[in-house]
Formats: sequence, structure tokens, C-alpha cells
Amino acid sequence: MLMAQGLACLRGDRLLFKNVGFELSAGGLMYVLGENGSGKSSLLRLLCGLLTPEEGTVFWHGQAIKQNAEIYQSNLTYIGHLNGLKDDLTALENLQISARLAGNEVNQEEALNSLAAIGIARCANLPVGVLSQGQKRRVALARLWLSRSKLWVLDEPFAALDTASVEVLAARLSEHMSNGGMTIITTHQDVVINAQSTQTLRLSA
Amino acid sequence: MNEAWIIVLKRDLLLAFRRRSDVATTLFFFLIVSSLFPLGIGPEAAVLSSIAPGVLWVAALLAGMISLTRLFAADFSDGSLEQMLIAPQPLALLVLAKVLAHWIVCGLPVVLLAPLIGLQYALPNDALLVLVLSLLLGTPALSLIGAIGAALTLGVRGSGLLVALLVLPLYIPVLIFGAGAVAASQHGMSAQAHLSLLAACSLLSLVLAPLATAAALRISVE
Repeated sequence: MLMAQGLACLRGDRLLFKNVGFELSAGGLMYVLGENGSGKSSLLRLLCGLLTPEEGTVFWHGQAIKQNAEIYQSNLTYIGHLNGLKDDLTALENLQISARLAGNEVNQEEALNSLAAIGIARCANLPVGVLSQGQKRRVALARLWLSRSKLWVLDEPFAALDTASVEVLAARLSEHMSNGGMTIITTHQDVVINAQSTQTLRLSA
Repeated sequence: MNEAWIIVLKRDLLLAFRRRSDVATTLFFFLIVSSLFPLGIGPEAAVLSSIAPGVLWVAALLAGMISLTRLFAADFSDGSLEQMLIAPQPLALLVLAKVLAHWIVCGLPVVLLAPLIGLQYALPNDALLVLVLSLLLGTPALSLIGAIGAALTLGVRGSGLLVALLVLPLYIPVLIFGAGAVAASQHGMSAQAHLSLLAACSLLSLVLAPLATAAALRISVE
């Protein structure tokens, strides 16, 4: 279970938000909404431990995430607006390396299957540098088919995707939640995702 | 799970292999800088061999320097650094893997090439041997200390020059002991004291530098 209390975020000398708190339990989905620049991405980075909050604490199963960083991080999959892919490596290599780094041992077949799931199996052996923006995004998102973590934090996962891929991804997210996973997501698109509980967090400047 | 650092090491070596030209630039830089001196100073063997230790060490130091800015910059801009930061592994260990890859790619070739360059400077055989030994013991310290500077200047404009200003002063002890070892053997003395001190520099930075680099990376990514 993920809980946040009294989070405040300062970028430079600008206060992005303060007093942000929520509770997310197994099977829960949370949308983070807000205008551009309202601090959605910063909130997600803060929840991952990439940013230190000015005030407030994030708890994972009742323990502050800073105290128990390794346990928390092994339960976390974060896909930010940067894809984290190497242009000189193939899609398959990128996927295998990023999954292993996150602690999921995967073989080539599993990796190929997850690329196929999001419809880019035919790009598996191409260097990521030659792929289009949407294809790169799909390679990054293919990790979600290999991830065994409980908590997924996704920053604009649907951006740059075509309609078919959006549906595939939404189905995968619904499946994750029905298995008791949790997802925190920012999006500007209307996508139907099924979850045991859905909540919305609105950030305003 | 403990193999995450091997994954990072393999990844960086594979990337270096795919981008061989980057590696070649470092090597050619070392080659050209160290070849300029004999051309500029003239072929007198006595003069050349007396400046050789200092010149070769400075050239090795600068060659390692110019590749430093690449150490974390690409990972930072494409987001893979973020993923390393939130990987369920000690960050210092992943940093160590990256530094090791940097040394294998940029440090080791310089060590292997050095005796060839040393011949240009009319260095005697035993001094050549000490030169290789001193570079072998000293260049890991250069990569390790340099990583701190590279991490601190991540995402800063004009980071290339800034790294040089930050890191070069820290290289001074390594330079003194490294060049000193070669000079000692030229004068018929034992180089052992210098070599021991060089090894001590490397060991000390092996312990401290990954921790400092990891902390610097966390600050830079914020």
C-alpha cells in the first residue's frame, strides 16, 4: 500500500504544490491531473524517490520509502517521459537490459513475447535509433509485460501511441490492477482502464 | 540480483563497441599529443628521455579527461540514468561498473600503447616497464576520481571545461607519483615507493569515489 502525506515540491524558488496526500491500496488506480507545468511529472518523480520532497513523506506499507529504498524500488516500475533506451542497442537488447536491471530475470523468448504483445516484434533486432517516436515508446512500455512489481508509475504512457496500442496498453493496465497491482498515471487522453478502485488527484498551481 | 553491475558493465562495453569511433578519438588524442613533443623539441635523446615521464603521464591524463564528459551524459539525457537510480541495487555498485567499463575502454588501451610511444622518447627498457606498471596502477584512479567530476557537472552548460577545472587539480598526486616512478627508474633508483603510493591512490579512490559519485548523481538528477 502506498501512502503520501503533506507532500510539497519546490522547483527553483517556485512552489509547485503543497499538502498533497493520498492513499492507494491494492488494485487501485490513481490519475494525476493538472495543467502543463502544474507539477505532475515532479510528483511522480517524487513518489519514485528521484526527487526529495520539500515537506512530507511517502510511505510504502507503512515505512518511509527513503528508509527502505531497496524493498520499495524492487516493487516499483517507473516509466517517465524519457524512454531510457539506448539508440545503439536493439529493441530486444534494450528491453532485456532494462528488465534485468530492475531485477527481473528474463530470457529472450519472454522479451520477444512482450515486444509482440505491444505489436513491435518485427523491430526486435533493429537499433532503437532508427525507430519512430511511437515505436520507441512502445519498446519502453514493453517492460510492463515483463514487470513483476506491484506499483507502476507511468508518466504520459499513451502519448505518441496509435489507437490500437492505446487499447492494448489499457488492457494490460486493467490486467495489472485485477491482479492486485497499483498504478499511478498521468494522461491527457480519455482511456478506459478497469480497476478495483479509481481515484483522481488534481494538482492546481 | 547481485549481477546488476555485470549487466551495466556488459551494456557499456557493448555500447563502446557499437561506437568504436568514440574510443578511437581518445586513443588518437593520446597518440598525437605525445608525438607532438618530439617533433617540437627535436631528436636529442637525452632531452627527450628526461621529459618523457612527465609528458607521457600528462598526455594519458588529458586523454582520460576528454572522454570523461561522456561517462554519464548520454545516460542522463536518454533517461537510463533515472532507471539506474531507482533500480533495486546499490547505486555505488552500478557506478563502479560504469567506471570499470570506462577504464577498460579508455584507460587500458593507453596503458598498452604507452611503451610504443615511450620508444619515441628513447626510454630504456626498464623505464618502459615501469611506465606501463605506473599507468596500470594509476589510470584506475584517474577514471574513479574523474567520475565524481563528471557526475557533479551533469546537465551543466559547458560541462567539458568545468570537468577539467574540477578534476585536473585532483589528478596532481597521481601525476607526481606516476611520473616520479618512471623518473626514479631512469636514474637507477627503485620505483617501488612511487608505485606503492600510486596503488594506494587507486585503492583509496576505489573505496571513496563510487560513493561520492553516487551521491553527486542523485543531486544532479534532481
